Amino acid sequence: MSHSFPSLELPDALPLDSGQALAGARIAYETYGELASDKSNAILICHALTGDQFVASTHPITGKPGWWERMVGPGKPIDTARHHIICANVIGSCMGSTGPASAAADGAPYAMRFPVITIRDMVRALVALLDELGIERLHAVVGGSMGGMQALSLAANWPERASRVLVIASTARHSAQNIAFHEVGRQAIMADPAWQRGDYYAGDLSPDNGLAVARMAAHITYLSEEGLTEKFGRRLQDREAKSFGFDADFQIESYLRYQGSGFTRRFDANSYLYITRAMDYFDLAEEHGGRLANAFEGTAARFCLVSFDTDWLYPTAESRHIVHALNAAGAKVSFVELSAPNGHDSFLLEHTQLDRVVRGFIE
Amino acid sequence: MSNALRPDLAAIAAHVEPSTRVLDIGCGEGELMAALEAEKDCDARGMELDPALVERCVARGLSVVQGDADSDLADYPDGAFDYAVLSQTLQTTTRPDLMLDQLLRVGERAFVSFPNFAHWRTRAALMFGGRMPVTQALPVSWYETTNIHHVTVDDFRDLARQRKARVERSWFFANERPIPARFANWRAEFAVFELVR
Repeated sequence: MSHSFPSLELPDALPLDSGQALAGARIAYETYGELASDKSNAILICHALTGDQFVASTHPITGKPGWWERMVGPGKPIDTARHHIICANVIGSCMGSTGPASAAADGAPYAMRFPVITIRDMVRALVALLDELGIERLHAVVGGSMGGMQALSLAANWPERASRVLVIASTARHSAQNIAFHEVGRQAIMADPAWQRGDYYAGDLSPDNGLAVARMAAHITYLSEEGLTEKFGRRLQDREAKSFGFDADFQIESYLRYQGSGFTRRFDANSYLYITRAMDYFDLAEEHGGRLANAFEGTAARFCLVSFDTDWLYPTAESRHIVHALNAAGAKVSFVELSAPNGHDSFLLEHTQLDRVVRGFIE
Repeated sequence: MSNALRPDLAAIAAHVEPSTRVLDIGCGEGELMAALEAEKDCDARGMELDPALVERCVARGLSVVQGDADSDLADYPDGAFDYAVLSQTLQTTTRPDLMLDQLLRVGERAFVSFPNFAHWRTRAALMFGGRMPVTQALPVSWYETTNIHHVTVDDFRDLARQRKARVERSWFFANERPIPARFANWRAEFAVFELVR
């Protein structure tokens, strides 16, 4: 499950919030559009939990279009004809950046020997990548969901590195409910006998069933009740009547199973454990003396936050909480709650208002 | 300057000191903010209830937060701005008296503009028509209007006094033109006040 894609080895060991360090870390990344000679037009896009660096190019495993192709490309709101887009796989993931499936110093996969990482560790690695690329200041850092957490972390901890910070459908801290859903997912993986305490890389068995259940539970949180009802209702899957059994009678069951099993083909179960842990640990205020406004004190960056009215994973109140802190810090901030039927996933879907906000803010 | 601006906004734009921090509450499409940033080098921020208008502001590069003036002004620290601007919005707030306090808390100074309900046309509509006025200045029927607290020039002076706000300057308009302050409570369709505490 350790994939090899274009990547760069960081020259120095990466210090981690846990106190450990990650030596020889590789960062896999993709770029789109020309970098200006003064390097002033770079935009860093940060991906979500199960995302990757293929933001605007075909996914090499699934063959599907890039995860944000509707937003990123020539003439698109994030315009590759004008800007140089960088998107890197986060550390801990499994698409070419160093994670639990990568080989440790002894040649064997890290598995659960991989250190527990944080959102700030992910961003530290991204900043190290920017250093290697010679990009001192980003035109913008952009992210949705966990990508938004990284954008906030970059703005708070490396305030000189980005002029604009665009945070979509995200939060400055994981709530008890957020942690609860992630814990269900982790327990599903660890309860799968094939998980074998994380040491499944050498054998034929991997915890696909556990990972699929984790994905199914998480996927529910990305949608809205309204969206589920509209898309599936109580409709039956390829049958006229209930089977009086435990097949996927309902379309929603069939859909979740399909989502779950498809996910296992492209994602590593241990990476899922590590990245969800990093998100659960995220509390930007805690890193800054318990007061979120401290995280943004003295920032010169412009911020834009966007939430969706049906997103119950990171609801509008979480974005408002960040806006409040940015106001208290005197930062330049815009905020809009957009109406969309599809819950948290709305940020990835067609939304002309979102397009206009992103285009206007990035200009 | 700002000849494209609504007369009350033009008066405000003309009297904001350069290079100041301004919060425009109920900023609409951001016309005043854009003028202040372009012509006076101000650091302008906005608050607007309607997400479609917020989106247009963000698209033109302005810093605008979607929010409700009644509840979300509390998010701003004391004295965060040199000016708080409330243009043609006071009469739509649930508690205009508390709103005035908030304006003078977040801003060192405040500009407030509103349609004058004691304009002679409004009085005539009530006096002779016996109906809630629908005039140029108040074009929406009583059942549709967002104006829930109609106010007159004299009422506003009185409120300012009660809330211990000093009127520094005032401007009055009828038929889109400035008019003298004399008999403003009869003659003004719109009023703009600059307040300080």
